[in-house]
Amino acid sequence: MTIGLLLALSFVVSLLALAFLIWAIATRQITLDGGAAATMFQPGEEGHPDLDGTHLYDTTGIDRISARPVAVLLGGAIVWLIVGSLFGLGASLKLHWPDWLTHYAPLTFGRMRTLHLNLVAYGWLSQAGVAAMMWILPRIFHTPLRSPRLPLIGAALWNVAVAAGAAAIASGWTDGEEWLEIPWQIDGLLALAGVFFVVPLVKTARARTVHHIYVTGWYFLAAMVWFPVLFVVANLPGIHYGTEEATTNWWFAHNVLGLWLTPLGVGTAYYLIPKIIGKPIFSYSVSLLGFWGLALFYSQVGIHHLIGGPIPTWLVTLSVVHSVMMFIPVIAVAINQHVTVARNLWALRESLPLRFIVFGAVSYTLASFQGSVEALRSVNTITHFTQYTVGHAHLGAYAFVTLVMFGAAYHILPRLTGRDFAHPGLIRAHFWLVAAGFAIYFVSLSVGGILQGLAMLDATRPFSDSVILTKPYLEARSVGGALMTLGHLLFAINVIGIALPRRADAVTPVAAE
Amino acid sequence: MNRYLPLSILALGILAFATLMLVIAPGMQMAAHPAPAGLKPYTAQELRGRDQYVGLGCVYCHSQQPRSPDQGPDGQRGWGRPSVAGDYAYDRPHLLGTMRTGPDLLNVGVRLPSQSWHLTHLFQPRAIFGWSIMPSYPFVFEVKDRAENGDTVVRLPPGYAPPSGVVVAKPEAVDLVAYLLSLDRSYPVPPDALRDEGYAKAEGGR
Repeated sequence: MTIGLLLALSFVVSLLALAFLIWAIATRQITLDGGAAATMFQPGEEGHPDLDGTHLYDTTGIDRISARPVAVLLGGAIVWLIVGSLFGLGASLKLHWPDWLTHYAPLTFGRMRTLHLNLVAYGWLSQAGVAAMMWILPRIFHTPLRSPRLPLIGAALWNVAVAAGAAAIASGWTDGEEWLEIPWQIDGLLALAGVFFVVPLVKTARARTVHHIYVTGWYFLAAMVWFPVLFVVANLPGIHYGTEEATTNWWFAHNVLGLWLTPLGVGTAYYLIPKIIGKPIFSYSVSLLGFWGLALFYSQVGIHHLIGGPIPTWLVTLSVVHSVMMFIPVIAVAINQHVTVARNLWALRESLPLRFIVFGAVSYTLASFQGSVEALRSVNTITHFTQYTVGHAHLGAYAFVTLVMFGAAYHILPRLTGRDFAHPGLIRAHFWLVAAGFAIYFVSLSVGGILQGLAMLDATRPFSDSVILTKPYLEARSVGGALMTLGHLLFAINVIGIALPRRADAVTPVAAE
Repeated sequence: MNRYLPLSILALGILAFATLMLVIAPGMQMAAHPAPAGLKPYTAQELRGRDQYVGLGCVYCHSQQPRSPDQGPDGQRGWGRPSVAGDYAYDRPHLLGTMRTGPDLLNVGVRLPSQSWHLTHLFQPRAIFGWSIMPSYPFVFEVKDRAENGDTVVRLPPGYAPPSGVVVAKPEAVDLVAYLLSLDRSYPVPPDALRDEGYAKAEGGR
């Protein structure tokens, strides 16, 4: 009885909050107009597309201050992307070549898979996201980054912690929960590094010269509040055990995506899409719905990972309901971002970074729709415990966040170094390798996962059926994964190419420093 | 949306509310249930084996949470009755898992009670099931010329044994098997057991 009340209470609170928000927008209690949407532009920028090879030189001096921290963070991120991808590919191959590389414990599937997840989540995505924040926030606040030396210390600590975490996992020292494998002793170092990222950004926010905080700023500032709280609470040792620990685990693991990686990806897209096109986003007030809807609903969806598990029914139902409610904020973001792009399709031909970002933004919509449907009990009964879930996770973390970060890196690097990419063909090749690789990856795991789930649900078929029928799909996944990894190597080559000054322009003094 | 502090406080408040609903309230509810009478704590050896299980990442392919009959034929496959919250009272970290690349293991000690079977299977899964995609774990075994006193020899079918000598289990392998054999939640379900009833509830309970 009390539990039913609790469940109803949570849902009613979220709905009331949403209704209040819609009322506030409709009656103009909160006014957000095109003028506010245009605050992201520097004076004179609006109406001028920011495509490759133009606008390379910073006239305001803002980018110059952020350049070094962003370069260091991006460099570290790319190293972990390459290492993490190789572990991912290795883990994928081991699923259908089980007798390959079996003589060393660090190379066993359970460790390589875990190294892959932690390196790409904390080493690549988080660091690339922080780099995007360091670049974008000073721009939308129209003021240089404050304390620009602190992020350098933060980046050093962060990379040491990621490396130590990887060494720990490889040697079998792990906290043993998905997304929380890095031992809590090392997590303390990650948390400390985070302080060095947050302090300069908050100082910059407080020193801003514009009154309005642009939508990207809402996502970034909220993510900076959410992730440290999530990370520290989930890593406190010795509080939970058994199934309580399982609910804490999934509260954290899903919120890493929802309240950390998603705000980083959505926020970056919200800035770079209009910036590259040169026009403000389609409907600024709708973006408010997308942001608060994300906060209200995404924060409670995590327990759908335990549908049918040994935990209270009301708790599972709560997460299923909120998963479905996610349609609201996702549609709001979709309207804003996709309509802006659809009205300016010419820009996709002109700008290579925009292609990555739009691919990512569309993947956000698809991943969220898929997630909402997957959380329904009827669908989940089939997909739970299968490779389908892995495909879904990659639609979110890879096709959405990673692709947005690729686009962000390609946008930022020429402006950071004052040089243009020498071989745009390599960027195109990177795009098509990861797009084709991901398509193969996603389709094979989705189809294979559903067949695997149906086989497991059929009591007349032995368990071995579900293993045997999945093998060709696992092989196809490795093919897709190999193409994606190859794309990442091209990405690294592109970045090295622009980072090292070529002999021809070594003589010309460059804007940075 | 023009001020930093109210934005942060509201964002934090929403997360605090979610934490109350997803972590604190269910945590209190589950903590109020004592461990079932039939559940034994792990022995020191079983705990060492459990550490092996955690460190090698077995959880990424094997769940430990049989579902109820309305959701899947887990019971018919011999994986055990639907598990309840109390079954995990001594589990730290929890190993519920989210994948079934391999079968559920919560009652593997009941289903496959032979130490010898498990050692063979860990050394080379394909010596037992040709279709298996489970990794082999040769690094928790060693090949010796002949077995010494106290050695646990692994029995292998022809074609899987080394050309000369015998395969002997290292202590890690023996501990891991001890943990697997301890997995037994076949005692009766406590009357106030907690689990996600799903569709079963609508049909009038178990």
